[in-house]
Amino acid sequence: MSNVRHHAHHFDSAQAEFEASKQGLWVFLVNEVLFFSGLFVAYAIYRVGNPDLLKECHHFLNWKLGATNTAVLIGSSLTMALGVTYAQKGEQKKSANMILLTILCAFGFLVIKYIEYSHKFHDGLLPGALFHNHELTHPKAPQFFSIYFVLTGLHGIHVVGGIVVLFWIWIRTLKKEFTPEYFTPVECVGLYWHFVDLVWIYLFPLLYLAS
Amino acid sequence: MSTTTHDSGSNYLNHSKGIMSWLGTLDHKRIGLMYLWTVLVFFFIGGVAALLVRYELIAPGQTIMSADAYNKAFTYHGTIMVFMVIIPLIPAALGNFFLPLQLGAKDVAFPRLNLASYYVFISGAALAVTTLFLNGVDTGWTFYTPYSIRTGTSATWVLMGAFVMGFSSIFTGINFIVTIHKLRAPGLTWNRLPLFCWALYATSIIQVLATPVIALTVFLLTLERAFGIGIFDPKLGGDPVLFQHFFWFYSHPAVYIMIIPGMGIINEIIPVFSRKTVFGYTAMAVAIFGIALVAFVVWGHHMFVSNQSDLANFLFSLITMFVAVPTGVKVFSWVATMYKGSIHFDTPMLYAFAFLFVFTIGGLTGVFLATIASDVHLTHTYFVVAHFHYVMVGGTLMAFLGGMHYWWPKMFGRMYNETLAKWTCLLIFLGFNVTFFPQFILGSRGMPRRYYDYLPEFTELNRMSTHGSWMIGAGFMIVAIYMIYAIYKGKVANSNPWRASTLEWQTPSPPPHDNFAVTPVVTSGPYEYHD
Repeated sequence: MSNVRHHAHHFDSAQAEFEASKQGLWVFLVNEVLFFSGLFVAYAIYRVGNPDLLKECHHFLNWKLGATNTAVLIGSSLTMALGVTYAQKGEQKKSANMILLTILCAFGFLVIKYIEYSHKFHDGLLPGALFHNHELTHPKAPQFFSIYFVLTGLHGIHVVGGIVVLFWIWIRTLKKEFTPEYFTPVECVGLYWHFVDLVWIYLFPLLYLAS
Repeated sequence: MSTTTHDSGSNYLNHSKGIMSWLGTLDHKRIGLMYLWTVLVFFFIGGVAALLVRYELIAPGQTIMSADAYNKAFTYHGTIMVFMVIIPLIPAALGNFFLPLQLGAKDVAFPRLNLASYYVFISGAALAVTTLFLNGVDTGWTFYTPYSIRTGTSATWVLMGAFVMGFSSIFTGINFIVTIHKLRAPGLTWNRLPLFCWALYATSIIQVLATPVIALTVFLLTLERAFGIGIFDPKLGGDPVLFQHFFWFYSHPAVYIMIIPGMGIINEIIPVFSRKTVFGYTAMAVAIFGIALVAFVVWGHHMFVSNQSDLANFLFSLITMFVAVPTGVKVFSWVATMYKGSIHFDTPMLYAFAFLFVFTIGGLTGVFLATIASDVHLTHTYFVVAHFHYVMVGGTLMAFLGGMHYWWPKMFGRMYNETLAKWTCLLIFLGFNVTFFPQFILGSRGMPRRYYDYLPEFTELNRMSTHGSWMIGAGFMIVAIYMIYAIYKGKVANSNPWRASTLEWQTPSPPPHDNFAVTPVVTSGPYEYHD
């Protein structure tokens, strides 16, 4: 009866608890969508108000690095999905390896992001008042880079948060705490990680490719 | 799983002892009580600030404080009352306590998240209150840009406090939504759900959908203040009106976070004290969601005098009028519930009457403000102050007081002094109207809000308003005294003193640690009264 241990007293069954946790996470993700939506609105407003803004600014973003990062994150979604599947089947060893790969992808993403950020810092492509690049003369370019840094920065914070929770379920998987009857944390972290990837899937074309 | 057996004397209050058994509790009832006491302390602080503001306005010119201190005092009042009192007051305190009881559940879905939400709230509130107290902030609770970008350093900390408190609100919202979906007792179908639960459900949806937007907004404003990111700052090419849009996209729905749980309480009280099934149960539940839905698309009515386009003004005005429809459905259904009922004039019912009277005035004056032509004249005047106090104080606080009197015997197993409670209700009701009704007149005659000083012809009505504020203050003090007295010395209450039929009354008072000895099975609707 390995599942009984994880079945809190106010639920009728482990199944009910699993469903509640999953629903809670979905509601949380809806909340996250709304959190990012404000920035997408700001993006849309500056884009509609200044049709040439993106055409000029996106040349200053490195689409090759952005595309690499997109590939890295999509790959991590695959490893994450496999990790969850193995957890459901009770193949803990494989599950742990897949989670570890996901963590490595997340670190890879951050390293590439760090390289991108340092270029921007070096070129003076900075938010608002800090902006001091002389090649890019569009009057709203500082706003574009504010939005760029806040959006990718908040996404980056979500990636860091993802690494923390992925690490947590990785350790628990290594300790063999999950079974085909109880794998709620892996499932929930998986959902969260797919969300983080999905945000990037929107960010990449909107910031790097739009013209 | 093992079931603990209860001897008749064991309840959630004496289940375990010591301060740590409270600070680390996962029991929704204890967390609800901790929220209640905390919020009431903030209510006291915010109330003192209100009395000081009113006292300053008793006569033109300086009375007790400088203009600068006045700006800080009303910011203090507004920020505390909005973020630390009215938003958490009913959902986090009474909702936490009674939602699982009304559902026949043992706890909320995520008890640890529930406790976390309390500590997150406390941290954010401590940050905001200390800053407000030590340095003062003079932006008003709305933090409009560009002024909020330039004003003194302490605004950043208050913004961070609001940001942190937002998470607590989101946690509570997530918890309630899942609890209502997953933890209803057998037989408690959606169309048997008490209307207070429906109200908390609608509130939770708003909390989950709107709060992240204010979180982002204050985050951006903080970055604006720290680095000058230029999104809101016109000096750097930013758009200050965008801030207003973001701010009201949250803060208008937030108004409904404040009022909908209050409506939920009134929904509970009126059928019980009219001894009648609620009129239009389905319409009531749908109306709550109607209000919550419309709440998201009316924010522009706060911005008729910003540079918003005429088309936007027109649409926001029109949609705002729609709010009156579901609200009207509710008011008429409450009245229809009482019709030919056997009405009992106990204190909770008196507060429900006070609510109906005051809330209706508050709602109808909202129509004046939704009408662009009159709003242009009234928008920065005391008319608006009176309007939202009629809704927030008159609506939410009256409902809260009603709910507190209604559920006190359940929470503590003791009755308060009924006679004293009735007279105090009258005092608060009269005091409230004496305070705020003159402000409608002041506003319509053109007295601007937020100002430190006013023209001599407004003196008489201002003095009346200040006297009224003393009546309210005295009323609340009396309530606090007899309620606390009741906990220790009150007459012992039986488990169902009002003969109500919702589930929280089917368990002993105060409820045992696990809420119900046996999980109840529901076989009928929530308000079946046949006497």
